[in-house]
Amino acid sequence: MASAKPAVKRPLSPHLSIYRFQINMVMSILHRITGTANYFGTAFVAAWLMSAATGSKHYETANALLTHPIGMLLVFGYSWSVIHHMVGGVRHLIWDTGRGFSIANVNALSWLTIVLSLTLTVLVWVVGLISRGAIVL
Amino acid sequence: MSQRTPLGKVRGLGSAKDGTDHFWKQRVTGVANLILVCWMFVVLAKIAGADLQTVKSTLARPQNAIAIVLLMLSASMHMRLGMQVIIEDYVHSEGRKVLLLMANTFFCIVVALTSVFAILKLSLGA
Repeated sequence: MASAKPAVKRPLSPHLSIYRFQINMVMSILHRITGTANYFGTAFVAAWLMSAATGSKHYETANALLTHPIGMLLVFGYSWSVIHHMVGGVRHLIWDTGRGFSIANVNALSWLTIVLSLTLTVLVWVVGLISRGAIVL
Repeated sequence: MSQRTPLGKVRGLGSAKDGTDHFWKQRVTGVANLILVCWMFVVLAKIAGADLQTVKSTLARPQNAIAIVLLMLSASMHMRLGMQVIIEDYVHSEGRKVLLLMANTFFCIVVALTSVFAILKLSLGA
């Protein structure tokens, strides 16, 4: 007879809360979060392209938003998000070949992903700003 | 003992009927994005925040215009596949899932075609 009353307290399968912190799980969720950020960010890229295509008034508005400190912070975050997702994607391509699956390699690749993405983002901005003459060494 | 028919084995497409199609397209567009985004970083670093005339003439150059069109097509396909997986993972009610999958497709096509339209207008228009 089917009854909704739980007669016995049965063990539940392990859930998120029991896992200890591991760098690869952080990189996994960051890959999804940055992918989502890139998804919506691309709409802003499209809007920026349209503003350049539809005349100076729209472009001035877009530029004012982009050069505002908050706008610049968002663009910086977006550039990191794109770079992080790209570096993470390369990690996945390496895994696709069947390589790098030992625990040591998984951890090393995961740490490498975050270190590389942060380094490359700063590098892109520094090189970009130097080439524009905004930073003089 | 396998329950699969010989025809099913030969096709190798599984129960979803598209085999590795999703996986493979995600990889191909991913590699394309990798190359094209690097190109775009170089272009954008030069013109971000510049005046409209500089931006227009830079984006209108054939090598940049073609790269952006390729990137927006490749990226929108990549985005659609990625968001499809996220929706399928987290949305379990059938009606909402179907609506969100449709919205996902619409969003990606609108973003891609808006960008392509803008680039064509910049390169070919007055």
